[in-house]
Amino acid sequence: MITVLTWIGVGVFGALGAYARFSVAGVVTSRRPSDFPFGTFVVNLTGGSVLGLLTGLAVHGDVLLVFGTGLLGAYTTFSTWMVEAQRLGEDGDWATMWLYLLGSMLAGLATTGLGWIIGHAIR
Amino acid sequence: MTVARLRVLSILAGGAVGALARAGMSKAVPHGSGGWPWATFAVNIAGVLVLAWVTTRLSEMVAPTRYWRLLIGTGFCGALTTFSTFQVETITLAKGGHVGLAFGYAAASLVAGMVLAAVATVIARRRRYG
Repeated sequence: MITVLTWIGVGVFGALGAYARFSVAGVVTSRRPSDFPFGTFVVNLTGGSVLGLLTGLAVHGDVLLVFGTGLLGAYTTFSTWMVEAQRLGEDGDWATMWLYLLGSMLAGLATTGLGWIIGHAIR
Repeated sequence: MTVARLRVLSILAGGAVGALARAGMSKAVPHGSGGWPWATFAVNIAGVLVLAWVTTRLSEMVAPTRYWRLLIGTGFCGALTTFSTFQVETITLAKGGHVGLAFGYAAASLVAGMVLAAVATVIARRRRYG
């Protein structure tokens, strides 16, 4: 049974996650201007590794819904990743597009998996 | 309220609605172990369609706006879609012995995401010039 309080938590932490993504991506992009979208890349890898950690720690129920689904789900993004990759392809920058697309996927699996292993080890 | 504060508020409001919609989908369309994660797949694909359309419209078709991109793009679409859950789901499938399904889920998400981003962009660019 999910209470109203849990849904409020998902909304509040979802809002904070979105703002954290905007802030972190902004800082990364301004410090490292590049055709490669480092901002989204850093956000997605950090968020993935923390969700992996929570999964490894066997966090579940309302806590997972608020911090995993709400906060980290909103902090990380699939849509921006795809649209940025599509734009790179549209500009003819195929090498960067593939590097970004497959690099995010493979590095994401590695860092998420690492977080998971660490969480499982310290549980 | 200053413009800067309203811009922050736009991200927060869009983020809250996007996260709630995704969480609602995950509860409404649960998937068992070894099952295709339809909820995440659906919101991710829907978010790509909306973001590609909105980004194209706002950056190429209309005068610059102060809040819409932050509200719908950064806030709503960014929070509606997720990378972290997508990664954990892929690993969970592979870990449970469903390696083929894990690969299929990852590949289908990327292919559908790229194709629909292009399709939504083309649609957004139509019938404004001329």
